[in-house]
Amino acid sequence: MANNIIDLKKISVAFDGEQILKELDLTIEDKEFLTLLGPSGCGKTTTLRIIAGFLQPDSGDVIFDGKLINGVPAHKRQVNTIFQRYALFTHLNVFENIAFGLRIQKKKEKEIKETVTEMLSLVNLKGFETRDINTLSGGQQQRVAIARALAVKPRVLLLDEPLGALDLKLRKDMQNELKNIQQRLGITFIYVTHDQEEALSMSDKIVVMNNGVIQQIGTPIDIYNEPENAFVADFIGESNIVDGIMKDDLVCEFSGATFKCLDKGFEKNEPVDVVVRPEDVDVVPFEQGMLKGKVTSVTFKGVHFEIIVDIGGFKWMIQSTDEQFVGDNIGLYIEPDAIHIMKKSEYSGLYGDFSSFSEEFDELSDVNADSEDADDE
Amino acid sequence: MNKNSKGLQRAMTAPFTVWMAIFIIIPIALVLFYAFTDANGSFTLSNILSIWEYKSTYIVSIELAFVATIICLILAYPLAYSISRMKARHQQTMVLLVMLPMWMNFLIRTYAWMTILEDTGLINTLLKSFLTLFGYEFEGFAMINTNGAIVLGMVYNFLPYMILPIYTVLTKIDKSVIEAAKDLGANGFNVFTKVLLPQSVPGIISGITMVFVPAVSTFIISKLLGGGMTYLIGDIIENYFLGNTGEVNYNVGAALSLVLMVLILISMGIMNRFDKDAETSGGGLF
Repeated sequence: MANNIIDLKKISVAFDGEQILKELDLTIEDKEFLTLLGPSGCGKTTTLRIIAGFLQPDSGDVIFDGKLINGVPAHKRQVNTIFQRYALFTHLNVFENIAFGLRIQKKKEKEIKETVTEMLSLVNLKGFETRDINTLSGGQQQRVAIARALAVKPRVLLLDEPLGALDLKLRKDMQNELKNIQQRLGITFIYVTHDQEEALSMSDKIVVMNNGVIQQIGTPIDIYNEPENAFVADFIGESNIVDGIMKDDLVCEFSGATFKCLDKGFEKNEPVDVVVRPEDVDVVPFEQGMLKGKVTSVTFKGVHFEIIVDIGGFKWMIQSTDEQFVGDNIGLYIEPDAIHIMKKSEYSGLYGDFSSFSEEFDELSDVNADSEDADDE
Repeated sequence: MNKNSKGLQRAMTAPFTVWMAIFIIIPIALVLFYAFTDANGSFTLSNILSIWEYKSTYIVSIELAFVATIICLILAYPLAYSISRMKARHQQTMVLLVMLPMWMNFLIRTYAWMTILEDTGLINTLLKSFLTLFGYEFEGFAMINTNGAIVLGMVYNFLPYMILPIYTVLTKIDKSVIEAAKDLGANGFNVFTKVLLPQSVPGIISGITMVFVPAVSTFIISKLLGGGMTYLIGDIIENYFLGNTGEVNYNVGAALSLVLMVLILISMGIMNRFDKDAETSGGGLF
């Protein structure tokens, strides 16, 4: 049996009659980096607050290290939290912020000094001891928050979108740093984010959530390559999701053509969702294409061109390093291992068509996601 | 363009500057002038030196204002805290209720207390008729014309000025800061002493200043509720300017006012030393 540190069993929570979590089951192994990933209001922050002890579930059990801890208040739990807006004590300097938990534990002055110094060097803030919190940048404040939480030596660190307020460059640096800290200290990190790229690059295990229900649990590679349903396929990376029919094992049909694929175990002629990632599609001359269509939009993205192709009324997204031109007729070639077959689900038909695709739209929904937690609670 | 807008800016501040000059700068200059001159207008220190006669009055004024301020603080903090934890809708109602008495004239409210506290006032009458029912003899409490009545009047009139700044500061404390303290092992008592109280210091300082300053210089409350039994420094100053009970002497009156002003400035200066963040966090007044 694996070494489980936290077990959530059939957790349900509702606020004002709205169901936030529905019978959620989740097992977290010791020393792993686990990410709860999902859009606004999916229940990921609520899950974190239940583990922290800020919120009691309406029903279900929280088990920590084999012991039931329902009703144990936050200040008696061996978990610590990094808050989205840092939540530092502005009336104390950097040293006293980090020493806060140690002073509550009534540690000796010498030990406090040693631990704070150690923590400051862990987060690269040596020499900041006497600085006022208000004089620090966002990134520095976040480091102090991390040092403050780690100083009390928690078994589990909970991180609630800790990098959300930082700019892109700093965010990338902090991602690496957090991953390093987690590996060096060997403690469990439970990380909440709506940023799929962040989740993919940091996690050992990702839990994709939507509407209070876990959609899929797996390694980043599993989640990306073998999405469980149309929601996961759409939320993680870009996907073309089309209706298809499983003609037989290893043979499927979609967009009016028949393809070889690597999936089996479906019934004959079972309707399915087919996922093809934009980067897995090759552009070939029109007459050699397995699928044929007309280019409707081309956007230069730096590494590649993002090309929207109309195939029988369904808009596909293709990422290619070769430039194409709007109005051209092109052919598409898809390798068998680029095709992923999913069972039909409640999300079928909702995602994966790029006809309404616009970047502006994408950014707008990103901004909304940032202000999530107010409505998540 | 730039020059024009600067000129406009200056023009817009002009009405206030004129107001300040007429009603603040000139009166203070007059107070200074009278305090250091005699009836003939020649320089003298005798007015300032005469304040030693009123040493005990200063002490009583400061004592009563101090007691009233402490009582206000003890009453206001828990109330401000519980209002700040309510739902936003209820907070508005509560703040409105706190401010409601201030819509009524200060004098009328103080007169109302007279009729409540008098020997034949509301409290004594009610108690008397109640106790007579059970066959007890009751002479009535002596409440009006005591120092206690003066302190009561001060607390009643100035309490909102203590509640509002503390409430404002408490609402500005992020909920996640309190959660962070609990998360790090702090129980309810620790959260209060180590986070809430230190973070609300700017509000407490504003509140103390806004209660202590008017309380120490009041003369109406002591006159109406103290019945002339206790003279506060405000009463003495009023007498010198209006001559209610003796000679009119602007010079001594001005000297007494000046000393009071200096005392208030010194105590505010001391208070602000406790509040090193006052400038950065804006003091928390409204």
